[in-house]
Amino acid sequence: MSIADGVRLALRALAANKLRTSLTVLGMVIGVAAVIALMSLGAGAQASIEANIRGTGSNLLFISPGVQAQTGGRFVDVSATTPTLTFEDAEAIRDAAIPGIVDLAPTRNTNASLVAGGNAFSTQIIGVTPSYAEVRTFQPQAGRFISEDDLRRRARVIALGQTIATELFPGQNPIGATVRLNNQTFTVIAVMEESGQATFQSRDNQALVPLTTLQTRINPSRTLAGDDIVGEISVTLADEDEATIEAVTNEVSALLRLRHDVTEDDFTIRTQQDIIEALGEVTGTLTLFLGAIAGISLLVGGIGIMNIMLVSVTERTREIGIRKAIGARRRDILGQFLIEAVLVSLGGGIAGAVIGGLLATFMGGVSFGGRSLEGALTPEPVILALAVSVAIGLVFGIYPANRAARLRPIEALRYE
Amino acid sequence: MDADSPENGKPTPVVRVEDLVKTYHMGSIDVHALRGVSFDIEKGEMVAIMGHSGSGKSTLLNLLGCLDAPTAGSYFLDGELVGDLSDDALAAIRNRKIGFVFQSFNLLARMSALEQVEMPLLYARDRQRRKRAEEALAVVGLDDRMHHKPSELSGGQQQRVAIARALVGNPSMVLADEPTGNLDTATANEIMELLALLNEERGITTLIVTHEADVAARTQRVIRMVDGAIAGDDRTAPAEHGT
Repeated sequence: MSIADGVRLALRALAANKLRTSLTVLGMVIGVAAVIALMSLGAGAQASIEANIRGTGSNLLFISPGVQAQTGGRFVDVSATTPTLTFEDAEAIRDAAIPGIVDLAPTRNTNASLVAGGNAFSTQIIGVTPSYAEVRTFQPQAGRFISEDDLRRRARVIALGQTIATELFPGQNPIGATVRLNNQTFTVIAVMEESGQATFQSRDNQALVPLTTLQTRINPSRTLAGDDIVGEISVTLADEDEATIEAVTNEVSALLRLRHDVTEDDFTIRTQQDIIEALGEVTGTLTLFLGAIAGISLLVGGIGIMNIMLVSVTERTREIGIRKAIGARRRDILGQFLIEAVLVSLGGGIAGAVIGGLLATFMGGVSFGGRSLEGALTPEPVILALAVSVAIGLVFGIYPANRAARLRPIEALRYE
Repeated sequence: MDADSPENGKPTPVVRVEDLVKTYHMGSIDVHALRGVSFDIEKGEMVAIMGHSGSGKSTLLNLLGCLDAPTAGSYFLDGELVGDLSDDALAAIRNRKIGFVFQSFNLLARMSALEQVEMPLLYARDRQRRKRAEEALAVVGLDDRMHHKPSELSGGQQQRVAIARALVGNPSMVLADEPTGNLDTATANEIMELLALLNEERGITTLIVTHEADVAARTQRVIRMVDGAIAGDDRTAPAEHGT
C-alpha cells in the first residue's frame, strides 16, 4: 500500500467518526496553541526588554564600581560595599581622550521624596552631568536640560520625568515651579520626554538633578581620599565593533587600575550586549518554563490520541482481520493506523499553530498591570510545535498501531 | 503457469496436503483438530468439504487459506511448500494465491462495492486496480451497483461483491466458508450457480466448506471430515475441465 493510499484510507476512517476525531484533534489544538502563545509571549517579553535596554542609548559601555561576577545569568555584586568609582575617574577618562570614546556621563542615584503643593512622590533621584541627555538619549520635552553652569554652581534645579510631572503638577505647567526635596527648594527646569517602559524602573518616574548638587546638597558620599563617588559611568562609543569595545575596555581598565593603584580590577565594564544577554538568560528560562507548562497539555493531547486509537483498533478488529485475510501485511496495518494518528496530531498541530499565533498577536494589545504584553511570533515555536505534534502522533500512535498489526487474522475475523 | 511435475507428467496439483496435523493447546488439554489429513486438489476442481461442527473442517480451511500454520505435516500450494513462514510472507501468499468468500460476507461498511473489490489489489500495489475491479464486478453481474455500499445491497449482492473481491487478484483458488449460510434458499442457489459457472467457464479451483448437502451436491467432489480425519472422498462427476 502506498503512502497516498494510506492517507486516503486514514482520512476516510477519521471522517467516519467526525465527533470523535474533532474532540481528539481539539486536545492537540489546545496543547499546541498554548505552547505557541506562551512561547511567543516569552519571546515578546525578551524582545521588548532588549528594545528597552537599547532605547537607553546606543553603543554604550557601563563602568560600575566593584567586581560583579556573573553566575547563572545573575550579576552578583561581590564588593559593592567598597565603592571606588569617582567623578574624578570619569574626568580622567574624558581627559585621556581614548580613541573610540565619543562621550561619557557619570551618574549617581539616591532615593528621595519630592513634594509640591499637597502632592508627594517618592522616587529615584539621579545626579547627572549635561552629557547625560546625549549619552542616554533622554531629552527634555519642555524646558532646558541641566547645564555646565548648573553643575558648577551646584544649582538647585531639577528635571522631572513625565509621570512625576503629572503627579506633582496635575494640569499645570511645572516649568519654573518649585518642588521640595530634603527640605530644600528646587526649581523645575525641564520635563523630560516620555520614555515608556524601561527594564526595571520607568525613566518617566525619575528626576534628574546636577551630579554636583546630589553630591553636596542631597546625599554626599566620598572616598577616603575625598573624591566624589559615582554609581556608574556610561560611555558612548563611536561604533559597536568588537574591536572598538575591546580597545576601549582595555584602555579604560588600564587607566582605572593605575588611578586606583590596584592590580586586580575593582570595577566592572559591561556592554549593553552583556546586559541584554544576562537578562536574555532569565527571560529565556522563563519562556522555557512557560513552554514546559503548556507542553503538559500537549502531552495530555497525545494521551488522548493514544486512547482513541486503542478504542479504534478494538472496534475495527474485524476490519483488520478482513484486511489481513486478503493480504495486508503487518506494515500495511501499522501504516494505516500510524497515519491516522499522525494526521490527527498534525491537524491539531496546524490548527493550534494558527490559533496560538492569533492568540499571541491578540494578547499583544492587552495590558496586564500597566505593562502591555507583546507577542513575538517567531517561526521557531511554530516549526517546533508542528514537529512535536508529528512526533506525538508517532509516539502515541505506535503502540495502538502495533497492536493492530500484530492481531492474528483468524482471531480478528472471529471477533464480534 | 504451472510447471509439470516430473514424476508422472500430470499438472502440479493446486493443493497437496500430506499428513496434516493441527493440535490446539487449551490450557492443559490438547485438542486434536486435525489428525493427519492428506489429499490433492487438481487445478480446476470444485470441491466441497463437509462435516459437522468440530469435525476440523474450519481448521483445515484456515490452514489451506494460510491463515494458520499446521502443527505437523506439509502443505504445498501450487507446488510450493507453505512451511514456517513469517506473517508477512503468509499475507503475500494470501494476497496472490487465495481468494476468500465468507459466510458473513465480511465487507467493510464504509466502502463502495468497487473499493471493496479494489482492496486486494491495493495491497498488491496494482496500478490498474480500478479497471480490474470493474471487470471483476461485471463478471459477478454487479456492474450497475459498483458505487453502492454494503448497506445498500441485498445479501446476495453483498456475497457477489465478496466473490468479485476473491476473484480480482486472479488467485490459484477460491476458498468459500459456508458461502450460502446467511442467504435464503433462492439466493443461495444463485450464489452456488455463480460459483459453479465461474468454475466451469473460467476453470477457477474452488473449495467450499459447508454442512449443507444441497451445496455439496453442486460440486464434483466431496471430502467428508469426521473428528479431524477424512471419512470419505467421493467424486460425483469427472473433474476433467479444459485445463
